Amino acid sequence: MTDQTPVLRLEGIVKTFPGVRALDGVSFDVRPGEVHALMGENGAGKSTLMKVLGGIHAPNEGQIFVGEEPVTMTSPKQAKAKGVVFIHQELSLAGELTVAENMFLGELPLKSLGRVDWRKLYDDTDAILKTLNVRFNAKTRVGDLSIANQQMVEIGRALTVSPRAVIFDEPTASLTDSEKVVLFQVIAGLQAKGVGIIYISHRMEEIFKITDRISVLRDGQYRGTVNTADTNEDEVTKLMIGRSLDLSRSPVSHELGDVALEVKGLACGDLFQDVSFKLHKGEVLGFYGLVGAGRTEIAETIFGLRNPSAGQILLNGQEVQIHSPIDAVRHGISLVPEDRKDQGLVLGMNCRDNMTLPQVDDLTAGPFVSDGAEIAIFDQYRDKLDIRTPGWRQLVGNLSGGNQQKIVIGKWLSMRPDVLIVDEPTRGIDVGSKSEIHNLIRELAAQGYAVIVISSEMPEVLRVSDRIVAMFNGSVMREFTSEEVTEDNLIQAISGMGAKVA
Amino acid sequence: MQLTKQDIGRLLAKQGILIAFAVFMIGFALANQRFIAVDNIAGVIRSSAILGVMALGVTFVVIGGNLDLSVGSMMSFSTIVVLDLHDKIGPALAIPAMFALTLCLGAFIGFLVGYLKLNSLIVTLGMLSAIHGLTLTWSGGKNMDIADKAGTWFSFFGQDRIMGIPVPILIFALLAALLAMLLSKTPFGRKVYAVGGNGQAATFSGIPRARVVFYTYLISAFCVAVAGLLQASRSLGSQNTVGQGMELEVLAAVILGGASLLGGSGTVFKTVIGVLILGFIQNGLLLVGLDFYVQYIVTWAIIILAVWLDVAAKRGRLWSPIA
Repeated sequence: MTDQTPVLRLEGIVKTFPGVRALDGVSFDVRPGEVHALMGENGAGKSTLMKVLGGIHAPNEGQIFVGEEPVTMTSPKQAKAKGVVFIHQELSLAGELTVAENMFLGELPLKSLGRVDWRKLYDDTDAILKTLNVRFNAKTRVGDLSIANQQMVEIGRALTVSPRAVIFDEPTASLTDSEKVVLFQVIAGLQAKGVGIIYISHRMEEIFKITDRISVLRDGQYRGTVNTADTNEDEVTKLMIGRSLDLSRSPVSHELGDVALEVKGLACGDLFQDVSFKLHKGEVLGFYGLVGAGRTEIAETIFGLRNPSAGQILLNGQEVQIHSPIDAVRHGISLVPEDRKDQGLVLGMNCRDNMTLPQVDDLTAGPFVSDGAEIAIFDQYRDKLDIRTPGWRQLVGNLSGGNQQKIVIGKWLSMRPDVLIVDEPTRGIDVGSKSEIHNLIRELAAQGYAVIVISSEMPEVLRVSDRIVAMFNGSVMREFTSEEVTEDNLIQAISGMGAKVA
Repeated sequence: MQLTKQDIGRLLAKQGILIAFAVFMIGFALANQRFIAVDNIAGVIRSSAILGVMALGVTFVVIGGNLDLSVGSMMSFSTIVVLDLHDKIGPALAIPAMFALTLCLGAFIGFLVGYLKLNSLIVTLGMLSAIHGLTLTWSGGKNMDIADKAGTWFSFFGQDRIMGIPVPILIFALLAALLAMLLSKTPFGRKVYAVGGNGQAATFSGIPRARVVFYTYLISAFCVAVAGLLQASRSLGSQNTVGQGMELEVLAAVILGGASLLGGSGTVFKTVIGVLILGFIQNGLLLVGLDFYVQYIVTWAIIILAVWLDVAAKRGRLWSPIA
């Protein structure tokens, strides 16, 4: 394979922004039929590199080659014409249009007088869909498809040209395990056709399962390329963050306190039914289940974002009525929501103001917000959570994902909650920050906080939880202690196999 | 500290509107000396005061992520009501009555947009028309005049001076200072930015989004009432359409000041600058001898240019294939 001309080759790419060297001499190549992983922490330069490849940023130095030909990318459309196509993490489809229209958007086949050649459009689309082995057809409205199928439409769109290189950016971020299998089959199909693939992901299992080589970026610098078969997670992590990580479960031994939160027979319409559990002070209770199992909805109900149709919520033994987040905050419940950008942060606001937002009413001197009190809180939690930011005036939108998440955690921790609910604590966060956040959650429990962690990642739940609630289809299937739980029995419980264990 | 290229870029992006304003002033001043005469400048500020007062209130609404297109027709209403009541119940009662009625209109809009979560563009566009109808119903379609124009103290707000400074300018400055503090220094102000910047995140932070939006419309209505008072007091008589078209000028001033129509950004100070720029542009065009009607065209051309330069500064180039 080594004697083949690479489909895509980058040589000494440098991209500087005012004050930042975002890419500092990046060189690597993608061979035909290869899946090439691109890894690096958030902020390492992966996105910038992709924007250079897609013609959105012009590199200051360096050269891109497609095959033997040196090219200058000027726009995503031109990149596509050269055979370099992108499958983005955030889907960019028009929900009201059909699959066919989306796939050929901007290049619909035409007949005379500028009329669309619908027959050719639908035939071409169905021919591509057939190779993807999907169950919908060209005339399906995209808005009616699941996220996984919408992703297939994106892939189909890439196949409308004969691509030489396809770039997947975090393609599995919102896919279930079975959907991933289908995606990997499609990727294997592309490989077989000799297409070169760049695969960007934080998920080590996937990287080791499907890629041939791994290239690593750190702080905008190219740290090297290794053959996947010759390396291991630890080595890749070292390349990425410059040190190794302890990913093993490290339970902190401490006494459990009183029951902080008790939920009895809680239900909310069709979303979940008859949910009961207890949460002690000093304990981390994990909620594990598939997307749509009702975990987030339970958290939102406890936090007053949804009204329960039945059941009771007891805090420190007292029943409470929670009709809005305002009530929840007053009762000492905090929720770190699953979607950091939409629900957790005001991206156009600075770090300090984001962090103090829920308690701004209490941080006053006379009628005015007290700068001193706010900065004191910010400084305290910046140090405690090791948030890396040039200063509190920095807009939150400019921080890396890990630091943004720490701002949200700091925001809710500074409320000194009795119950802290963390929904998907490390979604879209690089490995280094991920393990820091895991350690932090354990540490909070050791300090006596009562913590609920909701996660779709099994290693995460296993690592941080003292007990695990397994959910399937809106019901609690089983509760595990950390001694009982294994990957097998947990998977069985969340996929609805076996009877419900009370 | 040394000024690097990057600092200059940041300064341009942040204070671009002020710099553009300065360049513009110098340009007109060179073209016509009269432009920078003290009496001309005072005249411009004075004639901008009513528009300015309204723009202060709309700033809150826009930062909160909504629009208010009803302010022009609401100002006509306030003016007509206070003039009518002046002769019926006397100015001392007419003024608070007018404020109460105008605030009711603001509360109604705030209820529809804040609590019922209706689209603010549709609601305030509808209210623009509905309030115009209300005004005509109140006046019977006739112009409203105060009978004894020479003998009322009511002319104080629009016509008098304190220590040589026209009262409308003083009221504009005082209100601007108060609202600037409310917006930048108080918890309420912070919540307005949060709700406009990301409403969902605000809700998830325990901020009562509906109530915050409600209050922004109440503030807007209060400012309209003040503007109506100034207008009525200045002319002591009015047509039913006195505020017609001002909603767009007000919005123009707020945008020129750099507030984002998407919400979450802008300041009272910037709006004041926007109001002055608008006033000076229109004055400058007259002074260089352009027909009054040309103002409409040039004003909007400049506003669109300002919006374009604003987004261009944010994304670092004049044109971009992605947003």
